[in-house]
Amino acid sequence: MEKFTPFESWVAVLPVDNIDTDQIIPARFLKTTSKEGLGDQLFYDWRYDAAGNPRPDFVLNRPPGNRAQVLLAGDNFGCGSSREHAPWALTQFGFRAVISTSFADIFKGNALKNALLPVVVPAEIHARLLQMLGADPLATVRVDLASQTLTLPDGTAVEFPVEGFAKTCLLEGVDELGFLLKHEAEIAAFEQACRAPVDTLSVKLDG
Amino acid sequence: MSQPRTIIQKIWDAHVVTRPPGAPALLYIDLHLVHEVTSPQAFEGLRRRRLKVRRPDKTFGTCDHSTPTAPRELPIADPVARAQVEQFEKNCREFGIPFFGFRNPRQGIVHVIGPEHGLTQPGMTIVCGDSHTATHGAFGALAFGIGTSQVEHVLATQCLLQAPSQSFAVRVDGRLRPGVTAKDIILALIAKIGVGGGTGCVFEYTGAAIRALSMEERMTVCNMSIEGGARAGLIAPDDTTFEFLAGRPFAPKGEAWEEALAFWKTLPTDAGAAYDREVAIDASALEPMITYGTNPGMGIPISAPVPDPAEAPDAVERETRRKALAYMGIEPGKPLAGRPVNVVFIGSCTNSRMTDLRAAASLLKGRKVSPNVRVLVVPGSQSIKRQAEAEGLDRIFREAGAEWREAGCSMCIAMNGDQLAPGEYAVSTSNRNFEGRQGKGGRTFLASPLTAAASAVTGVVTDPRTLLG
Repeated sequence: MEKFTPFESWVAVLPVDNIDTDQIIPARFLKTTSKEGLGDQLFYDWRYDAAGNPRPDFVLNRPPGNRAQVLLAGDNFGCGSSREHAPWALTQFGFRAVISTSFADIFKGNALKNALLPVVVPAEIHARLLQMLGADPLATVRVDLASQTLTLPDGTAVEFPVEGFAKTCLLEGVDELGFLLKHEAEIAAFEQACRAPVDTLSVKLDG
Repeated sequence: MSQPRTIIQKIWDAHVVTRPPGAPALLYIDLHLVHEVTSPQAFEGLRRRRLKVRRPDKTFGTCDHSTPTAPRELPIADPVARAQVEQFEKNCREFGIPFFGFRNPRQGIVHVIGPEHGLTQPGMTIVCGDSHTATHGAFGALAFGIGTSQVEHVLATQCLLQAPSQSFAVRVDGRLRPGVTAKDIILALIAKIGVGGGTGCVFEYTGAAIRALSMEERMTVCNMSIEGGARAGLIAPDDTTFEFLAGRPFAPKGEAWEEALAFWKTLPTDAGAAYDREVAIDASALEPMITYGTNPGMGIPISAPVPDPAEAPDAVERETRRKALAYMGIEPGKPLAGRPVNVVFIGSCTNSRMTDLRAAASLLKGRKVSPNVRVLVVPGSQSIKRQAEAEGLDRIFREAGAEWREAGCSMCIAMNGDQLAPGEYAVSTSNRNFEGRQGKGGRTFLASPLTAAASAVTGVVTDPRTLLG
């Protein structure tokens, strides 16, 4: 995984609470067996009309949203389905961070595994940022993971929480599966010591 | 004396392999369920790294999501879905994972077939690349959904890097009144705490009303834990659990059963154990619930008026609710009862088991569905389908004018061709009413199988108590 570096960006503003992963990437696009090509399907039903033409008023179809690396969304972003296609679609579109007042658990975990940073801010900061971007849609924010700071357009630095291990993985490009595989001996010892409740190969089912 | 612990803590403690410095714990997974939609990229990852599946004997697969519910003799018409199902079967064979393929007579929804075959047992850790994995929590298992990266992690190592969740006691006391079901309990909980209310938590459902539920009803409750934001939800095992499990293909037998039983009885939460959060619901006060908006938290008792977005506490939420009502094409201030519907869907990992089908059949028996409504009844597994047919339920559904289909996720996620047309309204026993969830532009009212069946008969949203004898 590539190392996560600080960056400054425009912001795509989508101030809706509880944006679910079915909106981020509708289920009909999940029949693929690949991770590729999902960026074009991001927010498909909000982004395109019935004929498949981009809706000119949708935030990702006009500047600066179409080139933003940061998405500002409402509370509880990414709720619903566990589909990792959601962060795949967001990163393939070009997003590197999403700002919200909270994130759904599974989405947050999936995002961090795909170099998409969930930035949690207090409600009052969220409201202020929304206001600033309303006044100047071309204003930018800066995201610095190492110092865990989001810098607002007016220069205010806001600290955001990130779980320590996820932060290390992002900053140093650590491969989580590689990390897990290094614990082979401990996993084997655990398996020796603990009872196995079920053996899925133990019963040959008819049919 | 050791500190009193919740069942959540007990299962967690028993599965921590190691706590590496500076990293979350390695949590051992007892059972990993896989399906066709969230696994292909994980298997591809294994191939790229030249890894094997570490424990095929702790893994089980079934196809369900993009699987058609049309007669099984027919090929899968959608070439993309067909390729996905074929790739899934190929992956399972290549990596030595037991599975129920498209034409297997035991195929079904992943959260239905696990319990049905006794794969799901108390005290286990269970994961699946699906957010409704909490269903298995009904057996007193710690079961939760994971993304595809984590599917790959578990396939390769049987472990996850995982931080513990908070514990959230959901106490449901009292007694359900006639016409009110397990589905109404969980819809009422989500309406009360909101779709983000349980974020970071595992629910433990307790109380007399939960104890009184059958295993199938408990699965309905646990299934929708994620709709309240909780990644997992569970119910301590008791005699109801043990009776359900006894004799199932993968349940322990003989001496092993006695040993397992002794262990399972140690699982319930100790007296005096503390929870991080608690909420209480009085089952006696519940009415049939129905959702009016575009997330499962937008639910109301069926006789209550649709709330006015203007009453929302802040600007973003006001806008969110306005957007939801605009999408749904409904006005605030009036109840939903009496609104015409186009489709009724009875199925999904929430409500596709025998209890659900019997409930729906009890209302449809000797009645006809409204000529304006398409009614789909989709059993959760092929085994359930056969059992329902043995009981004659299929005839009741067919004679009423409903479609009796093969097993799968079907119109809950609308990936397999079963879907709403733009603008159509459905009363659905599934778990999500998100925009477009049941088909682009489709509009969903979530409710119980009884409410769905009652609405099928009248052609409008209907309180099932008006039709119960």
